[in-house]
This record gives sequence, structure tokens and C-alpha cells, in this order.
Amino acid sequence: MPYWLELLVQISFSYLSTVAFAIIINVPRRALNLAGWAGATGWLVYWLLMELHTGRMLANLLGALAIGVCGMLFARRKKMPVIIFNIPGLVPLVPGATAYQAVRALVLGRIDAALGLTLRVAMVAGAIAVGFMLAQLLAETTYRMRATTTDPK
Amino acid sequence: MTSEVLATCLLAGRIMIEGGSEMYRVDDTMTRIARNAGAHRAMVFTTPTGLFIAMDAEPLAQLEPVRRRGIDMEKVAGVNQLSRAFAAGQLSLTQLRLALVKLDANTPFFPVWLQVVAAALCSTTLMVLFAQAYDWADMPLAAVVGGIGFYAYLRLGHLTNVRFISELVGALVVGLCAWIGVRLGLGTNLDNVIIGAVMPLVPGVAITNSIRDMLAGHLLSGMARGMEAILSACAIGVGIAMIFRFF
Repeated sequence: MPYWLELLVQISFSYLSTVAFAIIINVPRRALNLAGWAGATGWLVYWLLMELHTGRMLANLLGALAIGVCGMLFARRKKMPVIIFNIPGLVPLVPGATAYQAVRALVLGRIDAALGLTLRVAMVAGAIAVGFMLAQLLAETTYRMRATTTDPK
Repeated sequence: MTSEVLATCLLAGRIMIEGGSEMYRVDDTMTRIARNAGAHRAMVFTTPTGLFIAMDAEPLAQLEPVRRRGIDMEKVAGVNQLSRAFAAGQLSLTQLRLALVKLDANTPFFPVWLQVVAAALCSTTLMVLFAQAYDWADMPLAAVVGGIGFYAYLRLGHLTNVRFISELVGALVVGLCAWIGVRLGLGTNLDNVIIGAVMPLVPGVAITNSIRDMLAGHLLSGMARGMEAILSACAIGVGIAMIFRFF
């Protein structure tokens, strides 16, 4: 498959899956489109970094950071809470496949593999959470800066 | 007057937790409503299962239990919007309370068929993304199985209050349908189909949120939500596991 087609598939599928999940959790109608773009951006960052072999943790962290920054910008523009964009946007990054493999290994009696996979789930979830924390830090500092520069007091 | 302020804050907080908001936002909104209603210092203590609020230098504290916790972004957005309107002075305290009661009773939800179609779409696209192999052949089966599994989960959610049961049965239905589908030759890779179809049920977001709550200093909420997420994951795991044991 040519590279541009691969890129197109990744972007459009992550956008669609994010919008679909947003419908499941009842995101308000006027936020659906932007939530989809937050998800597509985060997945794109993750996927490109994985293609560059930077490692799973860094890719997850920066992907979550990208979603957090998108969520922050969209939330300010639409005057809605950040999580409306963050939670659906996160869905492609969530370690669902790894969690499934861990459960399957456990059931089939391969305890060693199951422990390793469970640890990986925990670490990926931690990396995503740290990415979000960084985005929040960024949001708070820029918010303060803007408040101090626009306020004449 | 004070008790109306407290009751309004508690109602707003409960609706937000039922909608799946983060804890710091619940804290923030309740404190803001109290401050805009004229209370200088309101003390708020929030956990995922109950809320407390008290006024400084007043012998009054109120609490409100939170009995069910779902995920409904429309509610979170609605409370946020009402709180903004209240801060801007467009609503009086009584109007705010009435609007919150109305929001609590009837939040618009997407129709069931649209949710099932969305679950199908979510399953099939995520399957392609996660499989890393452009598994086009399994897309129709993943969509159908994901839709059926999510529908079973929704139906059972109306019948029972215990969410873990409906998650377990939803996962079981996913596993069973995927296995039958692959046996009938409609799909090729059982693992990929199940991974995709189970995604609308997976509590990955809850796990990440709980870690984030804990990193933000809400240790109690983080632990409680994390436990809830782990129980959900176990329920789904058991549902899937049955398929591997028996077939």
C-alpha cells in the first residue's frame, strides 16, 4: 500500500472511531466534529512516532499530550469542558488490545505472559495520564499568562 | 437561603459525577456556584460515591449520596453551561436550581439505533487500527458483532442496576457471536474481531481518568474509580474468557 493511502486510512479511521465513540457516550452534537479531530490528531502523532520506532511509552505520552492540547484549544473556542474532547479522543490510544491479550494469556494459563502484558497496560495508562497532566500544565500556564496580559489591573 | 445554595451546589455536583466528570471540575463548579451565590468560602469534599458541602462559620453541612455513575457528556456540558450563565448573572439561584432539576430528569440522549450503529462503526474502525495489518476481510463481522454486543449491554443495563453483569454478558455475547461468525466463515481472525468488537465496552478511559485523578491529588476518588474500572475490566475479561475455555 502506498504511504499516502496508509496515512489517509489511519486519519479517517481514527476520526470515525472517535466520533462513533463520542455518540456512545452522548457528547453534545455541536462538539462531535471537533472531538473527532482531537482523536485523529492524537492517533496520528502516536502512529507516526511508532513508525519512527521511538518506543511505545513516548508515543503514547506525546499522543496524549497532542489530544490534551487539542482539547484545550477546542474547549476554549466552544466554551465547553475539556473532557468532552479528551475522553472520546483518547479511545484509539487506550490499551484495549493489550488488555485483551493479557486476559487471554491468563485464561490459557500462560501466567508469565499475562503478568508482562498487564504491566504494559498499567505503564501505557500511566504514560497517557502523564501526557494529559503536561497538557493541563500548559493550559494553566497559558491561561494565567493571558489573564495577566489582558487584565489591566 | 443558605440551604438553597447548598442544595443547588450538591445537585450540580451529583449531576456532574453521574455524567462522568473529573473530580477537580466537580469541586471547582460547586465552589464557583457557592461563591457566585454570595457565600465567601464554601468547603467542598467530593468522592465518587458522595458529596459534602459546608459554609465557613455556619453550623450547616449537607451531604448527598451518588448512587449510580455512568458516562454522559451532555450532562457535564449542561451543568457547565448553566454555571457559566449563573456566573454572568443571566440566571437567579432559583432559576439555576430549576434548570438543574430539569437537566437531571431529562437529558436528551441519542436514539438507540444510532448508538448501536456508532458502536458497530467504532468496533470496525478500531479493529483495523489495532490489528496493524489492514485486516479488511474481518471488517463486516467486527461491525456486526460489535453492534450486537453493545445492544445486549444496553438492554441489560435497563434490566439490572449492577453494571458489571451487563458488561460481562455484553462481552460474552461478543465472544460467542465472533466465534460463530468465524466458524461460519464470515471472518478469519477471531482475535482481531473480538478486540475490535469489545472496544465500545472497555473501561480504558476510566483507568486513565483514575490515574489522572490520583496524580492531581484526589487520592480517594482515584482509588475508587480505579477499583470500578478494574472490576469492569475483570467482568469483560471473564465474559471473553468463557469463550476460550469452552471452545
